[in-house]
Amino acid sequence: MSEKINIDPIAELARLNLKPAEREKLAKDLQSILAYVDQLKELNTDSVPPTSHVLPIENVFRKDKAKKTSIREAMLDHAPKRESNFFKVPKIIEGA
Amino acid sequence: MELFELTLKRAKESIASNPSKGAELREVLTKRVKALDSRIKAYVNFNPSPNQSVTPKGPLSGIPISLKDNIVTNGWETTCSSKILKGFVPPYDATIVRKLKEAGAYVFGKCNMDEFAFGSSCETSCYGPTHNPWNLDYVPGGSSGGSAAAVAGDLAIAALGSDTGGSIRQPASFCGVVGLKPTYGRVSRYGLIAFGSSLDQIGPITKTVEDSAILLNVLAGHDECDSTSADIPVPDYTSFLGKDVKGLNIGLPKEYFVKGLDPEVEKAVRQAVKVFQDLGASVVEVSLPHMKYAVAVYYIVAVAEASSNLGRFDGVEYGFRAEAQNLKEMYFETRSQGFGAEAKRRILLGTFVLSAGYYDAYYLKGLKVRTLIKQDFDQAFQKVDVILGPTAPTPPFKIGEKMNDPLSMYLSDIYTISANLAGVPAMSIPCGFSSKNLPIGLQLTAKPFEEGTLFRAASAYEATTKWYEKKPKL
Repeated sequence: MSEKINIDPIAELARLNLKPAEREKLAKDLQSILAYVDQLKELNTDSVPPTSHVLPIENVFRKDKAKKTSIREAMLDHAPKRESNFFKVPKIIEGA
Repeated sequence: MELFELTLKRAKESIASNPSKGAELREVLTKRVKALDSRIKAYVNFNPSPNQSVTPKGPLSGIPISLKDNIVTNGWETTCSSKILKGFVPPYDATIVRKLKEAGAYVFGKCNMDEFAFGSSCETSCYGPTHNPWNLDYVPGGSSGGSAAAVAGDLAIAALGSDTGGSIRQPASFCGVVGLKPTYGRVSRYGLIAFGSSLDQIGPITKTVEDSAILLNVLAGHDECDSTSADIPVPDYTSFLGKDVKGLNIGLPKEYFVKGLDPEVEKAVRQAVKVFQDLGASVVEVSLPHMKYAVAVYYIVAVAEASSNLGRFDGVEYGFRAEAQNLKEMYFETRSQGFGAEAKRRILLGTFVLSAGYYDAYYLKGLKVRTLIKQDFDQAFQKVDVILGPTAPTPPFKIGEKMNDPLSMYLSDIYTISANLAGVPAMSIPCGFSSKNLPIGLQLTAKPFEEGTLFRAASAYEATTKWYEKKPKL
């Protein structure tokens, strides 16, 4: 049997506010997808190494060279809000 | 023949003999999109800018190429068909866009897709669904459904898509065009908005196999901006075209021809096998014993990576922001209002399988079974050069048919997902039509970095069957 999902702490971790109807539907969907995924438990994988990446990739090194770029204005320009050379966001510290 | 019907190859020849044909072709294509795309909705951002400065002499000189809307384009809104990226105008080009421009191509338009490539039908787009040019009541497949529909409907000469679990091949199959997912690492992903970073690949969606080879020649190669791009020499892929398939060893996995495979699809694929045999290929049975676990592994690995990749969308630096009193509420509201239902489903599932207490049971288990799936391919490819099977278990389904049943939607990628998990190249080519006159696709899979073998096999089959000559009536 798959785990019974408690969706609220997951939504909190994922930074999502779920509406009541949405919450119910998503919890049901997740439960049925996890029930499907549970078929993996048939396989004994104790001695199988995990594959997180298919290519035999090693660290890639190159010289750290500075390059001129004029991208700053363009990046700030499409921010939802900016002030001078900063991205502007609402207050972070309550009561400050 | 109308100009918009040209293949990439023919357009290239036409422009080479008369450079003014390029502008004429783009004009004709623009008129056609304006006339037809209100019904197909292949494009989300269609703005052929006549002022693009392009290399006058290059392998794609003057040719318009359309892009899936998750490939960033300097100065053009790029949204992944998601509300959360509305208004995002990237200040740079993806490496492959730079390469296309250097080869002389025009960026012609941005194509519709499932939101963040989460879907198999193009229905999760914030712009609404794309319609299949063969029958407007049916889905074009997904997630690169807009790209495939544009090529199938002659609204594009060729297009690019991205493929994380079948998102190039399944829509190519549904729309009756050629779709190639190259080997993991063959094409740079710098500037592709990430979904599943250990799975994503960019590839061409084209009218013919030859066009696919011409485009891959431009796209493939190492890029210092993408550390996962392979530093392996790129052959001339067109050199594999027009060869015979005598002595080619083709494997048919016995696990492919099982319950759930539509009889019409099975019949078309078995007829294709006969064509290959008549052309001199030898066909043997192979086994991919862990194939049936591929969808389950994918919906752990891909969603885990997606939940992590989508953490960056928080309303601070670009795209949509919901107004709120404090920063935390801004994050929550931006994401809750900005993401659609399928994106939320996958973010939550991915967050769950990565969360403390469940990591070993789900994520680690998924990575271990991924090893078994990769080993299945390694073993099969000791016996054969190419694995052949259906691209999708069914012909296209109707718009709305699977939207309320995520699992049944996920299962439409059952034949395509394992190639991403194993990192191998795979291609879908047209192999016939259903009784309802909807396209059916055939999938060929080869060893890593042996796209050339796919081109050799596919071009021999295409030259014999010529399915690309049949066009939808629009």
